[in-house]
Amino acid sequence: METLFFSIVAAIAILMSILVIRCKNPINSALSLIMTFFCLATLYVMLEAPFMAAIQVIVYAGAIMVLIVFVIMLLNIRTESGRRTQHALFLGAATGLFLLFQTWYFLSRSSLTGAKGAIDSAAIAKVGHTELIGQSLFTEFLLPFEITSILLLAAIVGAVVLAKKKV
Amino acid sequence: MVSLHSYLILSAILFSIGTIGVLTRRNAIVIFMCIEMMLNAVNLTFIALSKYLGNLDGQIFVFFVMTVAAAEAAVGLALMIAFFKNRESIDVEDLNLMKW
Amino acid sequence: MEIMGLPLIYYGAMILKVLLAFVFVLLTVAYATYAERKIIGHMQVRVGPNRVGPMGLLQPIADGIKLFFKEEIIPSEASKFAFLLAPLVALIPAFISFAVIPFGDVIEIAGYKIPLQIAAFADNAGTVFDLNIGVLYILAMASLGVYGIVLAGWSSNSKYSLLGGLRSSAQMISYELAAGLAIVCVFMVSQSLSLHAIVADQAGLFGWYLFRNPFTFLAGIIFFICSLAEINRTPFDLPEAETELVSGFCTEYSSMKYAMFFMAEYANMVTVCAVTTTLFLGGWQGPLPSVLNFIAKVYFLMFVCMWIRATYPRYRYDQLMKLGWKVFLPSTLFLIVGNAIWITLFK
Repeated sequence: METLFFSIVAAIAILMSILVIRCKNPINSALSLIMTFFCLATLYVMLEAPFMAAIQVIVYAGAIMVLIVFVIMLLNIRTESGRRTQHALFLGAATGLFLLFQTWYFLSRSSLTGAKGAIDSAAIAKVGHTELIGQSLFTEFLLPFEITSILLLAAIVGAVVLAKKKV
Repeated sequence: MVSLHSYLILSAILFSIGTIGVLTRRNAIVIFMCIEMMLNAVNLTFIALSKYLGNLDGQIFVFFVMTVAAAEAAVGLALMIAFFKNRESIDVEDLNLMKW
Repeated sequence: MEIMGLPLIYYGAMILKVLLAFVFVLLTVAYATYAERKIIGHMQVRVGPNRVGPMGLLQPIADGIKLFFKEEIIPSEASKFAFLLAPLVALIPAFISFAVIPFGDVIEIAGYKIPLQIAAFADNAGTVFDLNIGVLYILAMASLGVYGIVLAGWSSNSKYSLLGGLRSSAQMISYELAAGLAIVCVFMVSQSLSLHAIVADQAGLFGWYLFRNPFTFLAGIIFFICSLAEINRTPFDLPEAETELVSGFCTEYSSMKYAMFFMAEYANMVTVCAVTTTLFLGGWQGPLPSVLNFIAKVYFLMFVCMWIRATYPRYRYDQLMKLGWKVFLPSTLFLIVGNAIWITLFK
């Protein structure tokens, strides 16, 4: 049952991601990408990470993709310019396929090593996934969390400067 | 129970498709979307491993990846708009101001 | 008999709850159109619809039939797929939020305890298990509502539609932030993201989060206003501003597809009122039987929406952006800090 569900979701994710790079029209690409993000959110729920799934939908589908769609609409780009060289297509596809083969090769001959941690289904059901993430984020990972805020500040300043100035 | 392997393979496939997109497309916004897709593929790996290792560190990392992606979206799209104002195009072939 | 560890009655109850909630929302949507015309009519010293049926009560049905038989027009230059998809994308997120909203207390049928909330079940001791990220689920669904409008605006290939879609996406991004931050005040008090726990915590009038402390009071009001902006209700209805953009994003739509946008607008209104009720007005808590409390509060908020529509003129675009970014966003941040201090001081 679970495997079947996984296969369906994975198949949709792959199909949609192929559509992202195949569609001539950027809006259709964006829509396919949103579907891919949804499939990933579903997989996160299957992996007992409901908080990450919610964040995935809120941040990616709800914010980043809205921004991208907004920009596509603002610039009103309907199709890609026809310039597309055959050898770039061939080289790109070859690189991608090589990458895939490489990862598949190494994955198929390795196994999961390393110490198993204390977080299992029972712990998540007892404490709650959000609470666990929160505890971890504000104790163990406090410094990276603070540094992220500086990154966001820099991004805000950058975006404002770029939008204001005549470049 | 779905094996860890299936998740990792799926993530590898998505990552490769993203790579192909980045290398073959001309439209800067589509390239941008493909990069987001690659980041997401990596996120899937992190969360799958985090589940199978019984450890939350991977998910915290995903949290940070999403923050970086959001910052990247804001700055990247602002750059694209600035570029479009100058050149009336967002084709990466036209991104040649720094070339000589 | 059990399936996957749960007795069969839970599955039956689940389906029944879905059907009841869906029919209830659909009926409310249909009669909200009537109520809006009637209420605004009386506020403007008119009579409102009064020809179809007694006091015009059959008006929504007549409107529905009329729209159903109108000609279906697809502009020849439109992107067909996106054009057909848009009304559905607008409608679905509006309904789907109801899956997590608790509309009543736990009731007992044949010895089994059944909570009146679609995505939830209770064990025999009466402990309710529901989605423990309910609030985030609602935020996620609310953020998807914009796609229907954006798609409609873009795919119609018309200036007015495009402008409507652009405005809508900018508006959504701006107000989503403030609404989300206002909700943070709620779960600072509730210490839980589960909507059942949030409602259970609000017993009694002064248990309502709206009246819990001055900061949550302001947060509640800001949340309601931001929600109005998110669902494009007056005074924030710039995406379809009739006087400047013909009909905004749905200019090119006709027949059932137009009706679906119309339904989505009202369904969104019901959803927003239900969410505000759950988060700030104590959900089903109150003197009446639990479901009736909930319905009464939702209807009151919907009346407030119509009241606002009859009272305020539309904002200008720059005023809208200024309000979102310069007023609501900083004030919600301030509210979070204030709320934190209040909670620490008066534990």
